[in-house]
Amino acid sequence: MSSAWLNLAYLTASMLFIVAFKLMARPRTAVQGNLYGAVGMAIAIGAAFFEEYVVRGRAEGIGGTVRIVLAMLIGGGIGGVLAVRAPMTSMPQVVALLNGFGGAASLLVAGAELHGLLARVGTRGYTAPDAYGQMILATAATGVIGAVTFWGSLAAFAKLQEYEQFKKPWNFPNQHAINAGLAVLTFLLCWWLAAVPTAWYVYWLLVIAASALGVLLTMPIGGADMPVVICLLNSYSGIAAAASGFVIDNNVLVIAGSLVGASGIILCQIMCKAMNRSLTNVLFGGFGGTASSGPSADDVYGGKVKSAGPEEIAMLFDTARRVVIVPGYGLAVAQAQHAVRDMANLLQSKGIEVLYAIHPVAGRMPGHMNVLLAEANVPYDLMKEMDDVNPMFPETDVAIVLGANDVVNPVARTDPKSPIAGMPILNVDQARTVVVVKRSLSPGFAGIPNPLFAADNTLMYFADGKKAVLDLVSAIKAA
Amino acid sequence: MTIHACLTLLAASGGGFDQFIRLLTVFLLAMWVGFEVITKVPPILHTPLTSGSNAVSGITIVGAMVAAGSAVAYAGWFSTSLGFLAAIFAMINVVGGFLVTHRMLMMFKKK
Repeated sequence: MSSAWLNLAYLTASMLFIVAFKLMARPRTAVQGNLYGAVGMAIAIGAAFFEEYVVRGRAEGIGGTVRIVLAMLIGGGIGGVLAVRAPMTSMPQVVALLNGFGGAASLLVAGAELHGLLARVGTRGYTAPDAYGQMILATAATGVIGAVTFWGSLAAFAKLQEYEQFKKPWNFPNQHAINAGLAVLTFLLCWWLAAVPTAWYVYWLLVIAASALGVLLTMPIGGADMPVVICLLNSYSGIAAAASGFVIDNNVLVIAGSLVGASGIILCQIMCKAMNRSLTNVLFGGFGGTASSGPSADDVYGGKVKSAGPEEIAMLFDTARRVVIVPGYGLAVAQAQHAVRDMANLLQSKGIEVLYAIHPVAGRMPGHMNVLLAEANVPYDLMKEMDDVNPMFPETDVAIVLGANDVVNPVARTDPKSPIAGMPILNVDQARTVVVVKRSLSPGFAGIPNPLFAADNTLMYFADGKKAVLDLVSAIKAA
Repeated sequence: MTIHACLTLLAASGGGFDQFIRLLTVFLLAMWVGFEVITKVPPILHTPLTSGSNAVSGITIVGAMVAAGSAVAYAGWFSTSLGFLAAIFAMINVVGGFLVTHRMLMMFKKK
């Protein structure tokens, strides 16, 4: 196949990727979009069998094709099992792992290209291509981004999986100086490789340096900031793919990679905005150090907290017309989504309007809570974004907060000195009655007390999330 | 300074500079399209968007296939082995990404 046909196939694949993202704009068309993406990928894979080196490899024997097919079977098998087995609650871990594999693939491709080129020049007397300089720089860039992505993703995976050693942010003395030193070292190694492209070992040295950097940059970041880290690593995996496109001079890699890069950056911005923090602050700044400056928990709660049981709360629904449920990650941990959906159905059968208010950082990655609710058969048109639902709270009779804390803390609006000051929150305190289901008055990730729990219109329902909802369901049925 | 040095190096490599600018054009335009298209994806679909874009970043499978499919006599066993490994990783990404996205999106579709 001539290179024109090959490029036409890659162009078709690229267009399909763009259409795929476009169709993701609506839940109704998104399934189709994903299929378009898969078809695009299949076309690109089919075309790659006709790449010059692959064709020449086939002329030399069947080995090359066997390697390709075998690798695809192994990888496809692992990916398939991973995708089918993964529970929806661990979607962030799965995505982190997949990001990492993407980065690893890119860095290996760049390494393979470098070694392949050197072997061809050395043994077969090829002359180096015109684009040698660009290829070497792109190789170095791919190696660095790929290694940071791979090791950063593994560290993020370990944190999300909540392995004991990785749970706490991992701070070490002089971490900024060490990271800066590693970054400079990586950069110098890139420079060395560009100057002496035959020194292939420099490539692996810079991969090692960037690997250390990936781990050390991710480890100090706290669990609450993982949504941002996942988006960033997603973006990196795309940029690594684009960079490897520069290595092998291939448009489809550049286009697909930059689409993914853009997607990750956009989500990163949205997450940072939802936490009212800059990306630099998330990546390099600690969190919670200022917590002691605010009022203490005793000042906020002292004697003002009203607690209630399921029967008392069930009575609230007798006169209610609109109920808004505010789910947090605690709900997902308790696996209470299905119980919540049952409760919502019950309320709806009494003629009450039930909505779900979802804060952008409600789950562990962007949109995670929506997926968890969708799994429990909650229709997506009942899931409301923060900006849409906030104006509705003054006309809401009962707001039920389940496993959320910082994202409903009115201090973000009222106290400019608070560590969460300015963070966009769900204004549940404006509802006529607020029911907070929580085990205790313990603080959320921000480490500050929540005056909502002591507000006049708030009832605290101290219980485990799932049991609380189940008891509430029986109380409503009995009422 | 660094950028200038890089550009000088590229310019010195002749044809490579042309190629670099051509790919850079594609990169920036695709990035632009990406921003335009992806800002329209609603927050409710952000998780499937992430996993779906993940699958798309598995496009490195093309590079991996080229490396793995080359003849050992030309490219050397080390290069082809790296290509083999890369193809495994990229394929996990492709199959895992598209499948898991499909699983999630089907949950949104059902009523």
